[in-house]
Amino acid sequence: MTVLDMRDVRKVYRSGDADIVALDHATLQVDHGEIVALLGPSGSGKTTLLSIAGGLLTPTEGTVTVNGIDITGHDAKELTKFRRENIGFVFQAVNLVPFLNAEENLLVVDELGGGKGGKTAKGRARELLDELGLGARTRNLPAQLSGGERQRVAIGRALFNNPKLVLFDEPTSALDTKIGAQVMELIRNEMKARDTAAIIVTHDRRMTQYADRTVEIVDGRLGAEAPVAPQA
Amino acid sequence: MNLLPKLPLRELRRTPNRFVVATVVLAFLSTLLLFLGGLLDGLYLGSTGAIRSQQADVIVFSSSARDSFLRSRITPDIRAQVEGAQGVTEVGGLGFVLLGAQVPGQTELADVAVAGYELAPKGVPARALDGQGVADSRLQDQGVSKGDTILVGPAATPITITGFVDDTGYLLQGSVWVNLSTWRTVQNANRPDSAVTDGVVQALVVRGAGTHAALAGAIDAASSGATKSLTLDEAVLALPGVKQQRDTFNQIIYTTLAVVLAVVGLFFSLLTLERIGLYGVLKAIGATTKRLFIGVLLQALIIATISFIIGSGLAMAAAAALPAKVPLQLIPSRFISTFIGLLVAAILGSAISLRRVTKVEPASAIGSAS
Repeated sequence: MTVLDMRDVRKVYRSGDADIVALDHATLQVDHGEIVALLGPSGSGKTTLLSIAGGLLTPTEGTVTVNGIDITGHDAKELTKFRRENIGFVFQAVNLVPFLNAEENLLVVDELGGGKGGKTAKGRARELLDELGLGARTRNLPAQLSGGERQRVAIGRALFNNPKLVLFDEPTSALDTKIGAQVMELIRNEMKARDTAAIIVTHDRRMTQYADRTVEIVDGRLGAEAPVAPQA
Repeated sequence: MNLLPKLPLRELRRTPNRFVVATVVLAFLSTLLLFLGGLLDGLYLGSTGAIRSQQADVIVFSSSARDSFLRSRITPDIRAQVEGAQGVTEVGGLGFVLLGAQVPGQTELADVAVAGYELAPKGVPARALDGQGVADSRLQDQGVSKGDTILVGPAATPITITGFVDDTGYLLQGSVWVNLSTWRTVQNANRPDSAVTDGVVQALVVRGAGTHAALAGAIDAASSGATKSLTLDEAVLALPGVKQQRDTFNQIIYTTLAVVLAVVGLFFSLLTLERIGLYGVLKAIGATTKRLFIGVLLQALIIATISFIIGSGLAMAAAAALPAKVPLQLIPSRFISTFIGLLVAAILGSAISLRRVTKVEPASAIGSAS
């Protein structure tokens, strides 16, 4: 079943008198549990695509449906609620709240959803951190964690609300190759274990091996789609 | 939605160093506000007690006196006209004379305001015997005790102190409440240039029916314009320097509050600028502008409250350390108004950040490496 359904999506920015087309008639479907790598150079439109898929931006044209919800006409307030409840995000460097420990960084999601960080939420946070190999680091602040550990906490936060779609923005760009590979493997395992769909934006072709499919984007246009043999 | 977010509280607790500078600056500003307010209150209360304590509806001056007790003279004829005015039920004479007094056992003269009365102010006995009076308690600081006979003015007119009364100062001098006959004796012996004849007083204290304004109008009409009647509040502000002092101090207090607003505004603007990346991430994962701004507001209010507590302690310590002659009086209403002023300044100051918080786009979290 399709989790993300983007059809004929255009995004046009106005700059002075000129229109800049960031995304040009892009159509993309991502199924449950499917991992899609979105590959493209800087300025190709991959960030715009990810932002529209996650309800951070609204398209100029086209439709976007996530998990059966058509968010095309949502206003900012509705999109905020939609993101809180349906999407997981993992960003590049600025990611975790610096003065909260690993467990509390996960509980932020609960608090934003109106929860009070009760026993159930704490149990869920610990379980996730355990699963991500951070069971002994729950009380550590981000500054006391390595780059790879920080990104694992961010993955935990993204998974906290059991989203059907998780969007990764260059999740390994701040990590060295070895740690980057470990994080990508973890992402793959976690997504597959939960049957969660994911789009991973990267400009590093080596990372595409962890995806089920790679979609290239150039000048705002989605190009050839190449299925990638899942990693053994 | 849980409107009291834990995030800003945790930030205050975990990274207190970030907030120290703003807290210290605001604590000093709180001290300054309380100190200025305390001086204003001390000057105001010390100057006006003798009038505020009058149990009267209006105070009647002669029309040529320009609202001054020292310039005003009410003759028996005028008094009779006032007594006959509509709504007037009780009339009493009032007179003041400012003099130095020799106090037994003291080398320095005490500053006294000999006040002659007929209708007793609050706390003052209904009648006083000739040559006797009750003194304002501030004269105790100048060595006056019950039973002392003080010698007033260059003529050394004796007055025996039979007791004390609080908060009846007149132009920062301790009042000595005597009957009109004793007041005239003191006035005529020590101020022969402005001597008063029998029956003449400086002003009249009037009690009556109806609104104060109507009563004042009726009195001035009855005297055919020979009098000018003021309500008690007007008479207080007509005392020399009182209104000017109050306006001057209030200007300084409002300016200081504007500085508080600027400090809070600047501090949280910088903090918000630092947090833009974080706000982008939080908005992306579902935080509303409202929630983020409530966090800023909450932090501003907490910092203002902590600063006020520290500032209050400093102001009280300063008040205790100062000599008694400094007219600093810290009264509960001043603490309350200062606290409210600080909170309002904190709210307005933090509101400056609202625009910046609103402008943070959730999409800024993506594609940003720093």
